[in-house]
Amino acid sequence: MQPIIQGLLMISASVVFCLGYYYLSNWLLDNIFLPAHGKNINRNISLANQIRPWLFLFPALFALLVYLAYPVLETLRLSLTERHAYGDEWVGLANYAQMFNDQKFWEAFRNNMSWLVIVPAISTGFGLLAAHLTDRIGWGNAAKSIIFMPMAISFVGASVIWKLVYDARPVDQDQIGLINALYLFFGGDAPQTWITMSLWNNLFLMIVLIWIQTGFAMMILAAALRSIPEETIEAAIIDGSNPWQLFFRIKVPQIKGTILVVWTTITITVLKVFDIVYAMTNGHWGTQVLANYMFDKFFRGNDWGVGSAAAIVLMLLVTPIMVWNVKHARKEMQ
Amino acid sequence: MDNIVGKKSSLSWAVNISVAVLVILWLIPTIGLLVSSFRTADQISTSGWWKAFNSNEQNIIVRTANPQTQKIIDGKYVIEGMLFSSEKEMTIRVWGVSSRAIDGYIPGETAKLTKGGEITLRGDGHYRMINENPFTGSRGMRVFVTAPMAPEFTLDNYRKVLFDPKNVEGMGKAFLSTLTVTIPATIIPILIAAFAAYALAWMQFPGRALLVAFVVGLLVVPLQMALIPLLKLHMHIGIGKGFLGVWLAHTGFGLPLAIYLLRNYMIGLPKDIIENARIDGASDFKIFMKLILPLSFPALAAFSIFQFLWTWNDLLVAKVFLLDSSGQTEVMTAKLVELLGTKGGNWEILATSAFVSIVVPLIVFFTLQKYLVRGLLTGSIK
Repeated sequence: MQPIIQGLLMISASVVFCLGYYYLSNWLLDNIFLPAHGKNINRNISLANQIRPWLFLFPALFALLVYLAYPVLETLRLSLTERHAYGDEWVGLANYAQMFNDQKFWEAFRNNMSWLVIVPAISTGFGLLAAHLTDRIGWGNAAKSIIFMPMAISFVGASVIWKLVYDARPVDQDQIGLINALYLFFGGDAPQTWITMSLWNNLFLMIVLIWIQTGFAMMILAAALRSIPEETIEAAIIDGSNPWQLFFRIKVPQIKGTILVVWTTITITVLKVFDIVYAMTNGHWGTQVLANYMFDKFFRGNDWGVGSAAAIVLMLLVTPIMVWNVKHARKEMQ
Repeated sequence: MDNIVGKKSSLSWAVNISVAVLVILWLIPTIGLLVSSFRTADQISTSGWWKAFNSNEQNIIVRTANPQTQKIIDGKYVIEGMLFSSEKEMTIRVWGVSSRAIDGYIPGETAKLTKGGEITLRGDGHYRMINENPFTGSRGMRVFVTAPMAPEFTLDNYRKVLFDPKNVEGMGKAFLSTLTVTIPATIIPILIAAFAAYALAWMQFPGRALLVAFVVGLLVVPLQMALIPLLKLHMHIGIGKGFLGVWLAHTGFGLPLAIYLLRNYMIGLPKDIIENARIDGASDFKIFMKLILPLSFPALAAFSIFQFLWTWNDLLVAKVFLLDSSGQTEVMTAKLVELLGTKGGNWEILATSAFVSIVVPLIVFFTLQKYLVRGLLTGSIK
C-alpha cells in the first residue's frame, strides 16, 4: 500500500502546486502589484493586461525552453566536444569524422532510410485501403476499431506479440510461432529464425510498426474520404466512371493533402524508432537504427560526443518537416 | 453511392471478404499472446497457441501400483487400481505395454505381459492385472496410454506474475510504478498547456504569432536530442533520477502537442461568449476557469488520452530519467524488455506480463476511442 499512498500524495501535490501558481500569480497581479482601484486604476489595468499573458504562458514557455530548446543547443555543443575527466575539450568535427568512419553508423543510417521509405508507404497504403473498404460495409466501424487497436499497444508490448509470431523451434519440435508453422505447412523445409535473417529481418521489424501505424492512417484518411463533397462523386458516377477510376482519379486526388500529412506524421515516428529494435534485436544481425545507435553510444559506450553527433543527424533529418510545418501553420494563421 | 447508376456493387462480397481478411490479420498476433497467457509453460512450448482449443491427443506414460499391493484372489495374484488421479477425467483411446507398440490395444482388451501374466485396461483407466505367479520388482509396470485431452486454460500465470510475493518478476510493483509515472505526467502538461493555449488563442500581446510558430517547430524535435543534456541538468540541480524527473521530462516532451491541439480547439470557440464575459467584467482567469475549460472538454480529453497512452507505453524516457541503481522504480515496459532478454524462452511469464501492461491502455482506448479519433483529426487535418 505504501507506494500507492506515496504516489497519490505526489500526484495531488503536483496538481495543487500547478493550480496554485496560476491562481496566486493572478491574484497577486490584480490585488497587490497593480490593483484595479486607487489613483492609478487605468494605468494599472492596462499594465496588468499586458503582463497577464506572460503569467499564463510562463510555465509552458519555461518547460519548452528548458526541455526542448536548450537540449538542441546543448546536444550541438556536446557533439563538438570530447568529454574528459578534467572537463570538456573542443574537438571541432572530430566526433562526426569518427562516426562517419564507423561501419555501424552507416548500417544504422541505411536501415533508417529503408524504414523511412517502406513503413510510411505501406502504412499509408494499407490505411487508405482499409479506410476505403470499411466505409462501404455495415460493420465498418467495428473493423476500424480492431485495425486501430494496435495504436494503444506499446512498442514493447507489440515486440513481445510479434516475437511470438516469429518464434522458431528446432526442426523436430512443434512450431509455436505462427509464421514458421505456416511456412512448414506450405512446404518449407526447415523452420527459419526470422529475426536473425540478415536484410529480411529489417522487414520483419518494420512489419511491427506498420501493424501499429496503419490504424492511425486509416482513421484520418477515412475522415478525409467522408469529407469529399457528394456532388463530386455523383457527377463522376453519372459521367460513367468505374469504381477504380472513382477511387484513383476522383477520391485520392481530393485527399492528397491529408495523405501527405499522414505520410509525414508516420515519417517522424519512423525516424525516431527505437523501442522495437531495442526490444527485438538490440541492433544485432544488421538491424541497427539511428536512435538505437545513439542510445548505444550514450549509455553503453559512454561516448557522449558521437552519441550527440548521431542525435544531430536525426535532428537534421526532421528539420525539413519542421520547416514545412511552421510555414504551413503560419499560412493558416493569416 | 454505388447504387446511383442502378448496379448494386457486384464487388460487395469482395469488399466484405477483404475487410474480414484485414481484420483477422490485424487481430491474430494479439490473440496469440492472449491465448498463450492462459496456457501452462508446458503447453506453450510444446504446441502452437492455435491448437489450444483442439482437444489434442496426448501420449502419456503411467505406472500401475507397485507389486507389494498384490492380493491373492482365487489362487491368482491380482493387482487392481486406477491409472489416473481422480481429478483428471480422461478417456483412453488406445494403449500399450511396450514403448515399441504404444497403440497395441484398445480399451477393454487384455494384453499379455512379457514377464508373465496379463493386464486388462478399461477406457476410464481402471486396470486389473492377473498372474499365476507373484508379480516381482520394486516398481509398478509402465503403461502407455493415448488419450484426447480436453482444452485446458489456467489463471496461474496471472496469479504468479501479479500476486506471488516470492516472484522475482515483480510485475505488480512495476504496474504501480507505471501508474505513478503516468497520472501526474498526464495531468501536469494539460494544466500548463491549457493556460498557454488560452493565452495564444484569446489574449492580445506582441510576438504571439512567433510563439505559435515556435511551438509548431518543437512538435517534431526528436526527444532523443534531449536525453543527455537533460539528464546532466537533472543531476546538476539535484533532481537526479526519479519520479519527479520523469514527470518533468514527460511534461516538457508532451507540451508542444498539448498546446497545439488545445489552441487549435480553443480558437474555434464562439467569440461572442468570451467577449460578452469580458464586457461583463470577468477577469481572464475567471473566463478561463469558468468558460474555456468546460467548453474545451473534448480537446482536453483527446490530449489526455494521447498523453496517457504515450507515457504508459514509453520506454526510453523511463529508462533514462527514472531507473536508478536500486531497481525499485522500474516501469512495466522496461521490465518487459528485461524479461525478453533474460527469459526469452519463458513465454508464459512473458505473455502474461505483456498482457498486464497492455490491458489498461486497451481499456482506455476502447472506452474513449471517440475522443481519441476527434483529437487525431484536429491534430492532423488542419
